[in-house]
Amino acid sequence: MAVKNLPREELVRPGSGGCPGCPSSLALRVTLKALGKNTVFAIPACCAVVCLGAYPKTAFDVPVVSIAFEASAAAASGLAAGLKRLGKQDTNVVVWAGDGGTYDIGLQALSGAVERETDFIYICYNNEMYSNTGIQRSGATPYGAWTTTTWTGKTEQKKDMPAILRAHGLPYMATAVPGYPEDLFRKVRKAMSIRGSKYIEILAPCPPGWRFPMDKTVEMSKLAVDTGAWALYEYENGQLNFNLKSKSILEKKTEPKPIEEYLKLQGRFAHLFKPDRNEQVLDEIQQRSLADWERFRKQVECGVA
Amino acid sequence: MIMIDTGDRIAAKAAQMARPEFIAAYPITPQTVIVEKTADYVESGELDAEYIRVESEHSAMTAVIGAAVTGVRTFTATSSHGLALMHEMLHWAAYSRLPIVMVNVNRALGPGWNIWADQSDSLAQRDTGWVQFYCASCQEIFDTIIQAYRLAEMEDVQVPVMVNFDAFVLSHTSMPVEVPDQSDIDAFLPPYRALWKIDPDDPITCFNMLPQSEFGALRKDLHDAHGRVKELIPGIASEWKERFGSYHGGLVEEYLCEDAEYIIVAMGALGAEARVAVEELRREGMKAGLARVRLFRPFPNEVFRRLARNRTFIVVDRNVSIGSGGGVYSELKSGLYGFANAPVHGFIAGLGGKDLTFGEMCEMVRKVADGRAADVEWWGLEE
Amino acid sequence: MKMQVKAVISRPADGVMGKTGAWRDFRPELDSSKCIKCLLCWIFCPDGCIKRADDDSVSIDYVYCKGCGICANECPKQAITMKREGMGE
Repeated sequence: MAVKNLPREELVRPGSGGCPGCPSSLALRVTLKALGKNTVFAIPACCAVVCLGAYPKTAFDVPVVSIAFEASAAAASGLAAGLKRLGKQDTNVVVWAGDGGTYDIGLQALSGAVERETDFIYICYNNEMYSNTGIQRSGATPYGAWTTTTWTGKTEQKKDMPAILRAHGLPYMATAVPGYPEDLFRKVRKAMSIRGSKYIEILAPCPPGWRFPMDKTVEMSKLAVDTGAWALYEYENGQLNFNLKSKSILEKKTEPKPIEEYLKLQGRFAHLFKPDRNEQVLDEIQQRSLADWERFRKQVECGVA
Repeated sequence: MIMIDTGDRIAAKAAQMARPEFIAAYPITPQTVIVEKTADYVESGELDAEYIRVESEHSAMTAVIGAAVTGVRTFTATSSHGLALMHEMLHWAAYSRLPIVMVNVNRALGPGWNIWADQSDSLAQRDTGWVQFYCASCQEIFDTIIQAYRLAEMEDVQVPVMVNFDAFVLSHTSMPVEVPDQSDIDAFLPPYRALWKIDPDDPITCFNMLPQSEFGALRKDLHDAHGRVKELIPGIASEWKERFGSYHGGLVEEYLCEDAEYIIVAMGALGAEARVAVEELRREGMKAGLARVRLFRPFPNEVFRRLARNRTFIVVDRNVSIGSGGGVYSELKSGLYGFANAPVHGFIAGLGGKDLTFGEMCEMVRKVADGRAADVEWWGLEE
Repeated sequence: MKMQVKAVISRPADGVMGKTGAWRDFRPELDSSKCIKCLLCWIFCPDGCIKRADDDSVSIDYVYCKGCGICANECPKQAITMKREGMGE
């Protein structure tokens, strides 16, 4: 679908609490264009709560239940059941949560809700850190990244959350970036068309958290795809399907750009470049990324996810 | 109909007859029977409700909150560690002003592991904004659960209610219970009509940021609702008595208090035991009475101020706030301060389900009467 | 909605954080003559501050635009430029 054909309807009001250049706000606008008004959100503690603004006002034109950090998927379970009682099964029940609330503190509730085949869409906007509390390390923070709790760079790899979700046997999951809104729109619409638990993870390059200029949010998200640092794909019926540039990287029709091109634009990786280049860590990150792609190729080839 | 069954199964029956539309629950001894029986009611079609078998008590309370904001009546049950895990969401439920009803079977918290009766679990949740009832019989469990919905859902209340009863002493002990007809229950407890709810046609945001300027006013509104709860409970209990015959007291069950010089204050099943102690002491010629606390939050200070004239209170607490003392003892003393000079003696007893007999309670009263008792004593620890 | 009790229930409003245009250091300025109506600025604005008209021409809501500059960065025709606030022409 061309940008021109995306709905005009805006379901978030201007003047919200998001930072200038916020990737979550951008992705949320696109997501709500796909979802439409017949939607209920559960939002745990995360940046989106700041976007909502303070009582007695809200920036959202769809109903929102704000809930405790670890609790959004459980709240969605209750919402879905309650709406079913009211005969409103057609209402989209959607969680909008950060990576802290998904990978870490909210993992148990999410796992439970998906195992129970709750009919909802769980969307994680992944800025790879606890951004709302001031850029602390999360389970989604990549290896080598500076945060305010990993001052010299994270020493462990991020966890493969999408694989954890796929291990639950859910009917649909997808990844997206703000830089490809038509792709995100299509994936949300796809998720809406399927009953059961759906998971969408959106990379959210955060200017203040990642330390890059706020006009580069879209560019950074595309660069993540171009360098292979982020893969765009869908999972359905046990199959992985790659999209856009990620598809040609997977099929080896395009070489991913060196991952350095992505890292060097982010202040959180500045210590890998100055005062001296940390060749060892840079190489580890590059090799890890290439190995991830090899694993993807084997998964696609063997039809396993 | 007379039903002879355990506290847990009576609680499940009451929950079924209250017609909740949503249940989320997680099993924990000794509440498990409630989880099992309510699931059975739903699966057999005897209760038309959604039932979610959640992966934790934290999610149980959260899911109940999620369903309650859609405007449906909800139920859950837990105990001990499960209640502790819910702690954060207990605040969320109360400050959200959702009329959720929950059963808590009072059980000790570890370590070490102990599944027996102890009220420290719910006493630790006294500041979460929930109304807390404590029951002394299976009949009272049934009656209180139905009455709890009526109270919680009143337009000027809108507060969640926790109905507590003792592990095993009540949860697994069979007693005869008069169970009214469903139509009579329905007449007492009409369908729930939410004052507000989540609806895509009315896009409200619930529970977003609350600025400093507004925060105190919303907290006070909940506090004021607790004040109204104390005024409303006696009327609800009286209406129940008129309709169904059974009555367990309003905020406090008073027994032989009119001329009593010594009043035993206890909560839960210990209150039933204390009743026997009072009768025994009366036979000995001692003017003893019982004030059984049915309602711990809000605490019925007014009742005790009225009772306090020329009386000595002997409080038996099956709970302890470490570093402070017995929960009821502390509440009672602070409630009387500046209003009455009645002596208050506290006994911390029966923790972790240790048996406490009416004979021991008689001995506590005699010890106080003889001037041998300290202000606060730990009872029954001697080898 | 009838409210007997006070709960944290909020209603939609523009500008929940005030007139966020005041956050701006640089303002986007649009040269309509260069615009090809591709709508990338519209879809990429995080705050919905690029207004899309019926004919797909665009304009900027300066009351709430936070001045991030994504619109200028993404415009394929350089039709939007960022100018420092308060510096005049």
